[in-house]
Amino acid sequence: MSVVDRQEWDVVVVGAGGAGLRAAIAARERGARTAVICKSLFGKAHTVMAEGGIAAAMGNVNSGDNWQVHFRDTLRGGKFLNQWRMAELHAQEAPDRVWELETWGALFDRTADGRISQRNFGGHEYPRLAHVGDRTGLELIRTLQQKIVSLQQEDFKETGDYESRLKVYQECTVTRILKDGSRVAGAFCYQRESGRFFVLDAPSVVVATGGIGKSFKVTSNSWEYTGDGHALALLAGAPLLNMEFVQFHPTGMVWPPSVKGILVTESVRGDGGVLRNSEGKRFMFEYIPDVFKEKYAQSEEEGDRWYEDPDHNRRPPELLPRDEVARAINSEVKAGRGSPHGGVFLDVSTRMPAEVIRRRLPSMYHQFKELADVDITAEAMEVGPTCHYVMGGIAVESDTAAARGVPGLFAAGEVAGGMHGSNRLGGNSLSDLLVFGRRAGLHAAEHAAGLTGPTGGRPLVDEAQVDAAAAEALRPFSAEGPAPGEEDGRPPENPYTLHQELQQAMNDLVGIIRREAEMEAALEKLADLRVRARRAGVEGHRQFNPGWHLALDLRNMLLVSECVARAALERTESRGGHTREDHPAMDRAWRRVNLLCQLTDPTGGLAATDPVHGQIDLVRETTEPIRPDLLALFEKEELVKYLAEEELYE
Amino acid sequence: MSSYEARFKVWRGDVGGGGLKDFGVEVNDGEVVLDIIHRLQATQAPDLAVRWNCKAGKCGSCSAEINGRPRLLCMTRMSVFTREETITVTPLRAFPVIRDLVTDVGFNYTKAREVPAFVPPDKLAAGEYRMTQEDVDRSQEFRKCIECFLCQDTCHVVRDHEENKTAFAGPRFLMRVAELDMHPLDAADESGLDRKKTAQDEHGLGYCNITKCCTEVCPEGIKITDNALIPLKERAVDRKYDPLVWLGSKIGRRSSGG
Amino acid sequence: MATGTEPHLNSGGVRNGTRAAITAPHLRTDRWWLAPAATAAGLLAFVVYSTWRAFSNSHYYAAPYVSPFYSPCLAENCVPMRNGPNWEIFGSWWGLSPALLVLIFPLGFRLTCYYYRKAYYRGFWASPPACAVAEPHKKYSGETRFPLIFQNIHRYFFYAAVPVAGILTYDTVLAFRNEDYEWGHMGLGTLVFLVNIVLIWAYTASCHSCRHIVGGKLKHFSKHPVRYRAWQLVGRLNARHMQLAWASLVSVALADFYVYLVASGVFDDPTFF
Repeated sequence: MSVVDRQEWDVVVVGAGGAGLRAAIAARERGARTAVICKSLFGKAHTVMAEGGIAAAMGNVNSGDNWQVHFRDTLRGGKFLNQWRMAELHAQEAPDRVWELETWGALFDRTADGRISQRNFGGHEYPRLAHVGDRTGLELIRTLQQKIVSLQQEDFKETGDYESRLKVYQECTVTRILKDGSRVAGAFCYQRESGRFFVLDAPSVVVATGGIGKSFKVTSNSWEYTGDGHALALLAGAPLLNMEFVQFHPTGMVWPPSVKGILVTESVRGDGGVLRNSEGKRFMFEYIPDVFKEKYAQSEEEGDRWYEDPDHNRRPPELLPRDEVARAINSEVKAGRGSPHGGVFLDVSTRMPAEVIRRRLPSMYHQFKELADVDITAEAMEVGPTCHYVMGGIAVESDTAAARGVPGLFAAGEVAGGMHGSNRLGGNSLSDLLVFGRRAGLHAAEHAAGLTGPTGGRPLVDEAQVDAAAAEALRPFSAEGPAPGEEDGRPPENPYTLHQELQQAMNDLVGIIRREAEMEAALEKLADLRVRARRAGVEGHRQFNPGWHLALDLRNMLLVSECVARAALERTESRGGHTREDHPAMDRAWRRVNLLCQLTDPTGGLAATDPVHGQIDLVRETTEPIRPDLLALFEKEELVKYLAEEELYE
Repeated sequence: MSSYEARFKVWRGDVGGGGLKDFGVEVNDGEVVLDIIHRLQATQAPDLAVRWNCKAGKCGSCSAEINGRPRLLCMTRMSVFTREETITVTPLRAFPVIRDLVTDVGFNYTKAREVPAFVPPDKLAAGEYRMTQEDVDRSQEFRKCIECFLCQDTCHVVRDHEENKTAFAGPRFLMRVAELDMHPLDAADESGLDRKKTAQDEHGLGYCNITKCCTEVCPEGIKITDNALIPLKERAVDRKYDPLVWLGSKIGRRSSGG
Repeated sequence: MATGTEPHLNSGGVRNGTRAAITAPHLRTDRWWLAPAATAAGLLAFVVYSTWRAFSNSHYYAAPYVSPFYSPCLAENCVPMRNGPNWEIFGSWWGLSPALLVLIFPLGFRLTCYYYRKAYYRGFWASPPACAVAEPHKKYSGETRFPLIFQNIHRYFFYAAVPVAGILTYDTVLAFRNEDYEWGHMGLGTLVFLVNIVLIWAYTASCHSCRHIVGGKLKHFSKHPVRYRAWQLVGRLNARHMQLAWASLVSVALADFYVYLVASGVFDDPTFF
């Protein structure tokens, strides 16, 4: 039906954030012709929002640090649900990935002896985060962007074409992963600017699209975070892992309404900021859970001493893992001790001189000054939890980042699951991007190279798939007609309205504290929205039409929202980024359970799906036992809190 | 919380033509111009094209011109305008328009490719880099750049003279040259690349007449002119207009040529 | 509701055929013309005043004060100033005002100054008149060719400005005499001279070329701690370069005008001690 432009590549990387760019660099350096495709302009990805730093056990500030300690912290943070092999690789390789950035031109803040400075962060035993003020994400994305440009310059010298081996398709969206049998064969895309469709033929596709935050009303995530990669993988037949774990960052802005959810970096607390309720009390001392009792200061005096003398004092509880702090703030607000706009107070103004605040937290100073007219050197900030990160994601092989069950599909970064378990530590995201971005790119390139030999040819995309994808993408323009069995003349649904209803439902019903009845209600609401979304219609034409783009993104958001809601309903315990009011305790039996989400209709056709039953099936699987030498890194008393009896004595 | 109806004029159209369209739209406490544009999308003009991303002044996507001044839509608070004022929003006027508030900023990506990348020092392996904070301070300031391209948009060298686009890299990328030239470990010199000289010969530094509009519009508050462009001009002078160096090169050329 | 679709003028610049079709050369609603107008008026006033004074060749010495416009006095036709800056390098053939011999240096320094360049490019040449306001010129080549390529010699004028400032400092020291050349006195003129010389030095030291020379050209500050501190100091002054440029411009004219008033007998220098 439609003749679309087709181009052939070895590796297609979907997403140009930290993971995507790092994957592209690795693939290109491994010799693969690589295309990167991203929804925004090149260099604008959500990674720029990361503020705190990159966690890597370089030991520049405290020489006691090493990968084993980092591994231990990561597992503690994730409540032992982490895919342990990923956590191991991550802790081992992160320092190399950071040092490598310096050879590409990155300029981190320095220690007195000229090394990369490292800062404290929640859940990290030692100062571990390589940083640049509070704009580390920007430094990371810019460095990777400039490395891509430098590779393109090399290619230009050799071939006379900057884009001969590495090309960035900016402001383009992928709507389908195309397949040849069970294997990946390419991606169906449209250009946002023109609305023109095109196909990238490639035997390897790396999904690095980030998270799902735009399904929630209060979020620190940008518009791009519509769960595209999660949905693409699902539709391609790959399962999603542990989607119930959604991290609510404890400190997002709560006022003014238009910026509600925008992040206030954890460095504010790492550098001395404290949380107070409306009575002026540092309430976090009340919320130290038993598993962390020995690790955190029990008095304000001890906590304050820690900033100067971390070896002889315990850290203040403001630096507990994010899930603990977010829950504590939530409880304070519920108990009526919140700030005027429904948050709590985060104060640095009484803790540091104004000049120090401006130097160490420049972009926070700027952000509050510009957006809220608050001078953080003189008054406290108002903060509250905001949807920040999804720990769940595409189920991948730890070493290769290959998605399970779909040869040629790889995933890295936030869109991949497993690495962070039930809760991610601050700073572990940027290092995750680099470590697994590189691995995904490398193995994607090797997968593609393996196909050129005599053993097997490259997969082919048939026209029928392309036509089906094009028809699906064009449906919003012809949505005016009444659906079968409905009365005539009903106007098409407004995609913006549907999106708002979805966000409200997820925020209210599958938010930070969850209850069985509410999640059931959420699933009903999602079913209703799904039916209505099929009639989402748009005005205008295909050229840069945001209404159309949103209508297409709705499919993805509805899919991942259902995954989150179903998995959250299933897991009857509280752990990390999943808190059940009706099951408030962590259950050691659940530690060994992974929940996998799969498409109910494995052919991938959503049209055939029954609106009542939903689109997602859940499968339980038992996790692989943690390797004994890694277990030996922990004290027995600690393991008892997490592991079931039989695991301990295996 | 108080709300009122504001009057907006938003440029709508594409490369074939267009004009300012009038809108009346609700404004609430604490909102920024981007919120209002989004409200227009959601309620009156669903196909109104606008580029945006982080909505926190960190990504530099939502560059446009508000009442004739290049600004980020997400960092322009409605409270800076009076309620009676009509607020005019247009796309960046130095670049080709695509649709409505979205322009083709490809010029900037072309220029980015023309600046040779960081040259890593030969003798140092990854992990062996040692740099002191005072040595990286200057380049770090320039790396705060979010690439919103407002400086490129406001610079009259290309804004008012399309024909200069081939020869002139613009403030953002001259600043990139300065950043690399001030990088304590950049080994361009050793590789035979003279960034000071190429700033003028290849990136059009001489077109800059230091009228400072780039600094005026920079949302990150980078002192582009004082800290990057003028020092770069002085460095070019070191290479090109120092009489001793000039004399040396003349003699050198004569002896090798003759 | 629409104000109509505007046709493309395609007349270059912001009206180039590919850009958003907006006829207005700018859409600014603030008083953007105020700054360039004020700059032009201020500079023009100084040019008129200094031209008159430079060519007048009179009333530039009233012991112990010598007008900064006439110091050092390099021709034989200068008024003799006891212990003052009389160096008759040019001998007797010079018949014009001796001010012209020395003013060339501060004039060159200020003409090529990075701040003044901005000021007169904007104020006099409208290139551009203000940010995002279209400039009226068809062609623009900036400082890439003759004559504006000579702006690059600013540092040499800086080198020349340093001894000139030194001589004005010497003049200020001489101002601690009374009209009978006895030391240890001070009048209102001394105060005017003091303020002027501080501003002249501050302006000279805050020069961008100076900032480059003292340390800006270095790649590794850590290897040159003294020059690094000097660079930081100059940097702090440099941030106020515009203010210092105006303040010293006004103060030098005032110092000259003060000498004129005293020398022409309009006014008697009040002595403090």
